[in-house]
Amino acid sequence: MAQPLSAARQEILARIRAATTDVTSISIHHGRKLTARPGDPGLLAQRVADYRATVTRTDDVAGAIAALLAEHGARRVAAPPGLPADWLAAIPEAVRDEPPLAHAELAALDGVVTGCAHAIAETGTITLDGGPGQGRRALTLLPDLHVCVVRADQVLADVPDSIAALGDTTRPVTFVSGPSATSDIELERVEGVHGPRRLAVVLAA
Amino acid sequence: MSFPDAARVELDKAQQRRNLRKATTTIRAKRAAVVAEVPDWEPLRDEGARVKDEALHDLATHLERLEVAVTAAGGTVHWARDAAEANALVARLTRAAGSDEIIKVKSMATDEIGLNAALAAEGITAHETDLAELIVALAGDRPSHILVPAIHRNRAEIRDLFEAELGETGLSTDPAALTAAARRHLRERFLRVKVGVSGANFAVAETGTVCVVESEGNGRMCTTLPDTLITVMGIEKVIPRHADLATMLTLLPRSSTGERMNPYTSLWTGVTPGDGPRDFHLILLDNGRTATLADPVGRDALRCIRCSACLNSCPVYERAGGHAYGNTYPGPIGAILAPQLAELRDHTALPWASSLCGACYEVCPVKIDIPTILVHLRSRVVREQGAPPSERLAMEAMARVFASRRRYEAAQRGARLAGLAAHLPGPLRTWSGVREPPQAPRRTFRDWWRSR
Ligand code: SF4
Repeated sequence: MAQPLSAARQEILARIRAATTDVTSISIHHGRKLTARPGDPGLLAQRVADYRATVTRTDDVAGAIAALLAEHGARRVAAPPGLPADWLAAIPEAVRDEPPLAHAELAALDGVVTGCAHAIAETGTITLDGGPGQGRRALTLLPDLHVCVVRADQVLADVPDSIAALGDTTRPVTFVSGPSATSDIELERVEGVHGPRRLAVVLAA
Repeated sequence: MSFPDAARVELDKAQQRRNLRKATTTIRAKRAAVVAEVPDWEPLRDEGARVKDEALHDLATHLERLEVAVTAAGGTVHWARDAAEANALVARLTRAAGSDEIIKVKSMATDEIGLNAALAAEGITAHETDLAELIVALAGDRPSHILVPAIHRNRAEIRDLFEAELGETGLSTDPAALTAAARRHLRERFLRVKVGVSGANFAVAETGTVCVVESEGNGRMCTTLPDTLITVMGIEKVIPRHADLATMLTLLPRSSTGERMNPYTSLWTGVTPGDGPRDFHLILLDNGRTATLADPVGRDALRCIRCSACLNSCPVYERAGGHAYGNTYPGPIGAILAPQLAELRDHTALPWASSLCGACYEVCPVKIDIPTILVHLRSRVVREQGAPPSERLAMEAMARVFASRRRYEAAQRGARLAGLAAHLPGPLRTWSGVREPPQAPRRTFRDWWRSR
């Protein structure tokens, strides 16, 4: 870095040290012991619905995907690397992100189908970490419909359980709780601002 | 001004006051409901305070650790002593990326340093992408609330603004239609602009992970789509370890928007090949924070996670509105943060903009004892500025809150007419003596609002 800026670094660190000379003991708390406790899929379904996202509980995931895409009129749908073959087959016209699609191409698609890292029952949250079947972040951001499949054994109890399950990951993580929303105009809630306007969760039994 | 015009101005102001009251009342109720769902909320608040204190009390170590981790993950860390240095860095990095524009997700830190104006002076255009910020920017206003910055504008005004400024025609006043218009307008920018600028809610020293909490998805757009991402972060945002996110991400959304979880929370660590920006720059901003840290009582204000729960609980804020505080940080937190971040002498009045009722402390997720810090700052003002807590000082304080002495006196008249005079022997007592938020008499407060 240029000289004046490393001077800024030295000065800020010196100011900090001078500012905290009165602190004699720092209470180091060791963080909570976090474990990834399983959560209740029924609660997840209820909490996701609270955000006005739709929840489909089914043991036929491919069938549910096909039905949801049809319901939303979504034909050209993005498919991340690693999407299970039967989910892929449920998409009328799957557009694979290999090689990566341009952002404008992604924005022009009707939707995206993904799995997830896990889900959080208490808060109705889907956690995405870019693992197999999830894709990079832009994939679940630009298309207008996000169909996300959660297996019952992926349901965790609460936010701390999710943080525990993620470990010290350095991959990008996105917590998704319902469709994007704003209450900026006279405090009236509107679903769907910049992210996908519709989030459909398929909860596999 | 003709009568119809005057009447419209009058109504707009009344509308503003209603909007603000509706916002604070609604969010207060939502917060209370979701906080009540968490059985260990009080221990969690203690934990939140401890997490922040651990970082603040050994801040140099945590920042150095953060720098090492971000650098190891492919990011670049910069340090800025003040607003000018931070703004210059953003301008330089933007030009180095070959761009003369940025897309920006709302952040208090970039408001605080006046980034947009500084960039404009350098010929760089900053596009605000939050719906409310867009409204405020198009209208040439200032935000009036941390969470709902355009709460002072109604739907018809916003429709007119979008038709005039965004080239939209035939828009309805339906918030969904207006939101869709903003989506169309901003989508093109998200896809085109090569540099994104964000703030940070948290940064984990141990891992170098940065966290942004938001609702609309513009934060994801700005932090994911551009080739270059520049994050401007106050040095007090660092937290020790990844596990601390469990605590903070439980406390923040419930305290802030009254949701169990906000729609989108993003975590990223440096750069990830094939996913998101190729260049990541983290600017660590001092700008008065080390001076704040040097005050053993006042430093607790640096725990603040900008949830705005204290604003929504504050009877003074509900009446005076965000603009009255005259700086980026309004409400109770503004009253203790602004005088410390800037020069105390520039904000001698703010520590008096409170009734010390304690509602802010009760809701604060990181247990900042705002009333105690207010009293402490009052005594510092008196000690360091040599001004006794006199009528003169009180007048100055209230003049600040009400924007002018004349308006203050009008408000005083309003209060007297409301039969509050018995509780208000001196101007100071307007705030300090009133424990229960008095019911504002419609007429006099409307007069007051008209005059603002
Ligand atoms: S002072 Fe506390 S309640 Fe107020 S914004 Fe900061 S964290 Fe929230």
